[in-house]
Amino acid sequence: MEVLVASAIGLLTAVGVYLVLRRQTFPVVIGTVFLSYGVNLFLFATGRLAVNQPPIYAAGAAGYADPLPQALVLTAIVISFGMTALVVVLALRSFLETGSDSVEDSPAAADETAAAQVTTDQARP
Amino acid sequence: MNLILVPLIPLFGALLPPLFARSGRDTTMLVTLAVTLSSLALLLLDAPAVYRGETVLAGTAWVPEIGLSFRFFADGLGLFFATMILAIGALIIVYARYYLSRQDSIGRFYAYLLLFQGAMVGIVLSDNIILMLIFWELTSLSSFLLIGFWGHAAAGRQGARMALVVTGGGGLLLTAGMLLLGHVGGSYELSVLLTKGDVIKASPLYPLILALVLAGAFTKSAQFPFHFWLPHAMAAPTPVSAYLHSATMVKAGVFLLARLWPVLAGTDLWFSIVVPVGLVTMLVGAWIALFKDDLKAILAYSTVSHLGLMVMLLGLGTPYAAVACVFHILNHATFKAALFMAAGIVDHEAGTRDIRRLGGLAKLMPVTAVLAGIASASMAGLPPLNGFLSKEMMLEASVSGSLAGLGWLIPVGATLAALVSVAYSVRLAVGTFAGPARHDYPHHPHDPGIGMWLPVALLVVLVVAIGLLPALIAGPIVARTAQAVIGAAPLPYYSLSLWHGFTPALFMSIAAVIGGVLAFQGHGGLARLRSAWPRPEAKAMFEAVITAAVAAARWFTLRANVESLPRSIAIIAVSVLVIGLWAFTHFPHAVGTRAMLPVHVVALVAWGALIAAAGVVVIQHGNRLLTLVLTSVVGLIVSLAFIQFSAPDLALTQISVEVVSTILLLLALNLLPKTAPAEPQTARKVRDGAIAVAAGLGVAALAFAILTRDFSTISDYHIAQSKPGGGGTNIVNVILVDFRAFDTYGEIIVLGIAALAIFALLDTALRGPAARRLDSMRQGLESAEAHPLILVVATRAMLPLVFTVGVFIFLRGHNQPGGGFIAGLVVAIAYIMQYMASGYAWSHQRARFDGHTLVGAGVIIAGLTGLGSFVFGRPFLTSSFGYFDIPLIGQIELATAMAFDTGVFLAVVGTVLLALAQISRIEARAERSPVPDGPSDIRLPQAAPQAGGSLPREG
Repeated sequence: MEVLVASAIGLLTAVGVYLVLRRQTFPVVIGTVFLSYGVNLFLFATGRLAVNQPPIYAAGAAGYADPLPQALVLTAIVISFGMTALVVVLALRSFLETGSDSVEDSPAAADETAAAQVTTDQARP
Repeated sequence: MNLILVPLIPLFGALLPPLFARSGRDTTMLVTLAVTLSSLALLLLDAPAVYRGETVLAGTAWVPEIGLSFRFFADGLGLFFATMILAIGALIIVYARYYLSRQDSIGRFYAYLLLFQGAMVGIVLSDNIILMLIFWELTSLSSFLLIGFWGHAAAGRQGARMALVVTGGGGLLLTAGMLLLGHVGGSYELSVLLTKGDVIKASPLYPLILALVLAGAFTKSAQFPFHFWLPHAMAAPTPVSAYLHSATMVKAGVFLLARLWPVLAGTDLWFSIVVPVGLVTMLVGAWIALFKDDLKAILAYSTVSHLGLMVMLLGLGTPYAAVACVFHILNHATFKAALFMAAGIVDHEAGTRDIRRLGGLAKLMPVTAVLAGIASASMAGLPPLNGFLSKEMMLEASVSGSLAGLGWLIPVGATLAALVSVAYSVRLAVGTFAGPARHDYPHHPHDPGIGMWLPVALLVVLVVAIGLLPALIAGPIVARTAQAVIGAAPLPYYSLSLWHGFTPALFMSIAAVIGGVLAFQGHGGLARLRSAWPRPEAKAMFEAVITAAVAAARWFTLRANVESLPRSIAIIAVSVLVIGLWAFTHFPHAVGTRAMLPVHVVALVAWGALIAAAGVVVIQHGNRLLTLVLTSVVGLIVSLAFIQFSAPDLALTQISVEVVSTILLLLALNLLPKTAPAEPQTARKVRDGAIAVAAGLGVAALAFAILTRDFSTISDYHIAQSKPGGGGTNIVNVILVDFRAFDTYGEIIVLGIAALAIFALLDTALRGPAARRLDSMRQGLESAEAHPLILVVATRAMLPLVFTVGVFIFLRGHNQPGGGFIAGLVVAIAYIMQYMASGYAWSHQRARFDGHTLVGAGVIIAGLTGLGSFVFGRPFLTSSFGYFDIPLIGQIELATAMAFDTGVFLAVVGTVLLALAQISRIEARAERSPVPDGPSDIRLPQAAPQAGGSLPREG
């Protein structure tokens, strides 16, 4: 089972990284969602895997899964939602503002802006 | 306790001058003066005790864990410096009122000045060395503000920046030195450290501590080779130069050396660093001063030279030299502050302070001429003035020192510096005031009003009085202060008097005066000699270094942070991979030995589904709707994994978040492009794919390594204490709302901030170009019915049911899977369904609470619950619970944690509603035209009830 979980975490991370490296906003947003899945599962896995041992206190329970990573991941899931919402709204606003959903400028344009900046700074006394 | 107030009154008093600035300049001056004088009066209340030989201590602990305390102490040295700072400060405040013009913002000036004053007093009175560092940095900052007070002048800005870089940089080194000092000495309190000199000098860290502390002191006190910032700081208004850059701040370094003298001085290392630095500074400063034409520049370099003198005396390490140093600090403060203010008067009245354009002012401004003449004579070291006395002592002390085995080196150097001192002092006084009056001054010069010359006169009276009656006036102060410097050792024999008989110092002094006058006569020849030599231009070098540093930073920033998200992320990802690879190859990485769980078929199927969904997402990410659906599938499988591995709370949370975020992304996708242009660059896909695969492999290996190793956890405490300590059996929930409630509190605040940011981003999208684009998006109807009847009816009927479920999940959360987060998400989903089914306008009209109120209420309720524990004298967010019997219902448990969870619940509902309602609002704008206003296809009865409940009638 550990192999399945570890490989799933790796896969989710790889898909997330690949999508985040795309050039339009929507795949980037989906990429962050995948990365959240991967990271949350990873954090959860630091408590190791346990079957049929929920961390609900009960007399005579055989054992408990580690509750601390679960608590951390629970808030992480909700925060991930907040982040996804913010990023998608940012993407939406940027699309509405510019009419483009690209997340990169051409490298040439970036260099030009930088050069212009340097000139203005030097012109200042 | 008075002592705490001494630095605090000016620091907080700095708020007053700007408030009074509108009441006129005189009122502002009087208020500022009152602040300084009240601080001085409180300080002097402690003087009798100090002069009885006691050390006055006051203060309290602050952060004991890091050795920081808010403690002050006054002994002879601290009292001496603090009195000097406050008394000269009072004179400067009066002077500045008349110096600054109407255009200058006097309130702001006095605020900076008081800030500086408080910080400076803080340095000299701090008992705790970390506290002292805080004040030390504060003087650098306030000095920056004061030097750059005339920010419209480029020289002011550059001078301020240079001073900040040099003294601030030195401050950082000093911080390191002080921390080491406290570490070695075992205490961060000076009153303890001063008795630990032997321990510290014996420590192997002593050379490092010494180097760091000296770096701080030398930069602050403008010692060679850091002397270059001080002359450029002269771009400040003259009252600032007189106060900070002659009498007080630049003496902070000297003060530090004097303060730590019992701890650090007396070793060969100390001697062989401090004495040469002092001697060279003394000579270089005096030499440059001789050739400057700007009065303030002459005084600035002269200050550098005199600071060098003080440093050299402390470096000699003999008690006699320490006495001489203390005496010279006092004398230098009087004559140099007087001279600076006199130079300011000349500048103010004649319109220039260039010595080549001055001369002959004695007849036009006799009062200033007399005062400046006396102060210059003192600077030159002529009898019967105070400058003469301390110079004699300095020469006397220098005879005993031997550098590099050469007994004559220090006395000759000292005499030479004194000689040049005479020359530039004579040049200053003669060049400005002697000779015939000229007719080409920029202004018509005359003596200023009494407000400007009285502060100078008071100082000059001191110059003469100390010169004539040194033992009577300065004797006790010097004795008490010098005793504090040299610590427990007995004071050496010395006598403060004009005539000591035919000592070597007298002959050295006579040689210096004669040589100085000759040098003044031969000034032209010396200047030609000097200009024939190449000499480094400190400002150009400094600017070159700064420019190079900025260029390097910019080069790196532009390379690392291009305006392309994929490239930036690729740089980050590759950097992380490189670090990971390095760790992987440098450390062992065998597979762990923990027993693995058996695989069963269901898990394998889920795993296969995950692989398939993820694979299709990668290939088909251009088809965005499909991508979104498959992403939800992945999310569902993740929830299943949580169920499988004993995490019911996580599964519930994941599945509700999945619903909410899918709706959110669907709504957003409606406005975003639905398909992507094909990516033609295969090379790029391969590159990104390689990065992604490497990242995935790394994370998988890491996860596998963790999963196959045993571990020890701190959770046993949580498990054991959940029921007895937190009153709940759902350990995860108890951790969230009790053990680690502070984290949760922070998290709901983050959520709230995200919601507000979303609101701000979308609210403003209804104006400007974004709104125009939204309007242009209006498309024809895609479906005959915008609000399908069955959906509308179903969601409204569901609403109360879902609420009930939410309340149930909330209430059971403390003991069974559930809680505020999950209940919040469930209730939010019920609301969102209304927006989806009945449209934004209809739902918004009926919403009793908007998202802002819910988020705010949630955070406030959670915060108040936390604060409630203060009432019972417990730390923030301490929870309490009890069991209560209620008739009919029976025994129930009430815990304060539930109130906290209510806050969490409300914040989550508010966040989700705010985010989704805003997107719906944007959608409504872009929706099919005409936008359905109100129930598009359902007519409501008048005074419609709250959403849900009654069945709507079809229209």
